[in-house]
Amino acid sequence: MTRKSIVVALIFALLFLVPPIGNATGETFLVSMVTRFVIYALAAVSLDLVLGYGAMVSFGHAAFFGVGGYVVAILGFHMDMGDTLFGWAGTSSALIIWPLAMVVAGLVGLVMGALSLRTTGVQFIMITLAFAQMLYFVLVGLVQYGGDDGLSITSRNIIPGLNIDNDATFYYLCLVLLLVWVALCRRLVNSPFGMVLRGFKQNERRNVNLGYAPTRYKLTAFVISAAGTGLAGALWANYALYASPDMASWLKSGEFMAMIVLGGMGTIFGPILGSAVYLGLEQVLTAWTENWMLFLGPVLVLVVLFSRRGIFGWLIGGRNND
Amino acid sequence: MYMFIEQALNGLQYSALLFLLSAGLTLIFGIMNVVNLAHGSFYMVGAFCAASAVAITGSFGVAILAAIVSSAVYGLIVERLIISRLYHRDHLDQVLATLGVIFFSNALVTLVFGRSPPFVDIPPFLSGAVPILPGLNYPVMRLAFIGAGVLVAVLLWLLISRTRVGMLVRAGADDSETVEALGINIRRLFMLVFGLGALLCGFAGVMAAPLLAVEIGMGEKILITTFVVIVVGGVGSVRGALVGSLLVGLTDSLGRAYIPIYMSQVLPPTYADSVSSSLVSASIYILMALVLLIKPRGLIPAQR
Repeated sequence: MTRKSIVVALIFALLFLVPPIGNATGETFLVSMVTRFVIYALAAVSLDLVLGYGAMVSFGHAAFFGVGGYVVAILGFHMDMGDTLFGWAGTSSALIIWPLAMVVAGLVGLVMGALSLRTTGVQFIMITLAFAQMLYFVLVGLVQYGGDDGLSITSRNIIPGLNIDNDATFYYLCLVLLLVWVALCRRLVNSPFGMVLRGFKQNERRNVNLGYAPTRYKLTAFVISAAGTGLAGALWANYALYASPDMASWLKSGEFMAMIVLGGMGTIFGPILGSAVYLGLEQVLTAWTENWMLFLGPVLVLVVLFSRRGIFGWLIGGRNND
Repeated sequence: MYMFIEQALNGLQYSALLFLLSAGLTLIFGIMNVVNLAHGSFYMVGAFCAASAVAITGSFGVAILAAIVSSAVYGLIVERLIISRLYHRDHLDQVLATLGVIFFSNALVTLVFGRSPPFVDIPPFLSGAVPILPGLNYPVMRLAFIGAGVLVAVLLWLLISRTRVGMLVRAGADDSETVEALGINIRRLFMLVFGLGALLCGFAGVMAAPLLAVEIGMGEKILITTFVVIVVGGVGSVRGALVGSLLVGLTDSLGRAYIPIYMSQVLPPTYADSVSSSLVSASIYILMALVLLIKPRGLIPAQR
C-alpha cells in the first residue's frame, strides 16, 4: 500500500465511523455536521473535475447547486399543493427526483458552458460568475416559489427500503453517493478522455495540434461536473429541508473553490478534506467571535500564498500528486 | 417621451458609476493580468470613509478627499502585501486571495464603522432639481454624477493618450513583458495603475454615497456588474470600459422601466410579475451573452 492509499482509506474509514462515535459520545450534532461536510465535498469534487483537471476556473458552480436544490424544492412544493407542473402530478421519489436534478443541472451547465467556453482565462472566470449571478436573480424573481425567502420543504424524498428521515441513514446514503461519485471521477480522469482533458491543462496548443478539439472535451467535463454539483444541491435541499437563492450566490462558488485549493487541487480526494477543514474552521470561528470573517479572510490569503499543494498533497508527501 | 429621457439620464448616471469602477479594473486585468475581486472593497472603504467624514466635518469637499485618500492607501497596502506576490500565479490563486481580502475588508469595515449604515445627505450645492426640459425636473446630484463621469473619462483619455505614463500603460496593456524588457520598472507601473484604480473607486464611493445605500457588501454587488461591463467592452481597454458602461447602464435602466410594461401587455398578470422581475435582473447578462456570441473578446479589446 502506498502512502496515498493509506491516507484515502483513513479518510473514508473515519467518515464511516462518525455516527457510532457520535452515538457513543452523545454528541448528536456530529452526524449533522459531517453530513454537511460530505454534501459540500460532493460539490467540491465535481468542481475539481473542471478546475483541477480541465483548467477551467469556473466561478459559477453555485448555480448548479442552486438548480439541484430548487428541483427538489419545486417538485415538493407542487406535491404539497396537490397541483401539477407542466401536466405532471409530481413525485416524491428520490430515485426520480435526484437524477432529474442532475439532468437539469447538466442542461443548465451545457448552455452556460457552451457560451462561457467561447472565452478563456480572466473572461471565463467573469462570465461563469455573471451567469451564476443571472440564475441567482432568476431564482429571486420566482415569486410563486418564495422569491427572496426561498422555499421550505416539508419532508425528505422517499427511497424504497430506506428511511432517510433518520439522520444517520441519510448521512450514510450521502457518504455512499460521495464514494460512488469519487470512484466515477477517478475512472474518468484516468480514462483516455481524462488524459486528453489534462492535456489541455498542460498545453492547449500541443493538444490542438495532436488533433483534439478543445470545446468538445471541456464542455463534456463541464456538464458532468455540473450534474455532480446538481446532485449535491438536491442532497442539500433534503438535508436542510430548505432551498433559497443563497444556494446559488457567488459566495457559495467562492467557498467551493476555497475548499478545493485548501484540500489540494486536481486530486479528487483533496476537496473532501478541503470541505471538512473549511466548514470546520467556519464552525469554530463563528462559535468564537462574531467577526469571524476577519480571521477567515487572512487564512484564505495565507493558504493561497504559502500552500501550493493543499492538505492532501501535504499528507501524501512526495511529488506525486496524482 | 419624458419618461424615456428621465430613464436614459438615470441610465447615464449608472453608467458613470460603472465607468469609474471598471476603468481601473480593466487596466488591472489588462496590464497586470490579475483578477482582483477586492476592487469593490475599495469602493466600499471610500464610501464609508466619506460618510464618516461628512458626519464629522459636514463638508462634502473633505469627504471627497477622505474617500480618495483612504481607498488609494488601502489599495496600495493590498497591492504591496498580497497582489504583488500573485503576479505570476494562476488566476485561481488570485481569485481566492482577493476573495479573502473581501472577507477581511467587510469584517474590518464593520468593526471600524459599525453595523448600522451611515446616511449621507446630498450636499446643499448639489441638492434640488433643475428643469432640463419644460415640465421635466431632474436632480442636480445625478447630473453632477454624470458630469463627474465625463470629467474622469476626459482626464483618463488625456492621461493615457497624451502623457509618458499613459504611453507606458498602453504599452503594458499590449505586451507587458516587452515593456519590462525595454528597461521600464514594471512593478512601479503596476503599483501606479493599481493605486489609480483604487482612487477612482474611492471617488465612485463618495459620489454614490448620497444616492445609494452605504452598506457592507455594497462592493460585491456592483463588482459583478463591473465584470459584465469589462466582458462586454473587452479586457484591458478604457475605451471598452466606457462603451461597456454606457451599454450596461442604459440597458439596465431602460429595462427596469420598460420590461414590466411590455410584459404586462403580453403575458397574463399571474406570470407577468415573476417573468418581468427575473428578466429585468437578467437583462444585462443577456446583453453580455449576445455580445459574446458575436465578439468573444468583447467589443473593443486591447490589442494583443
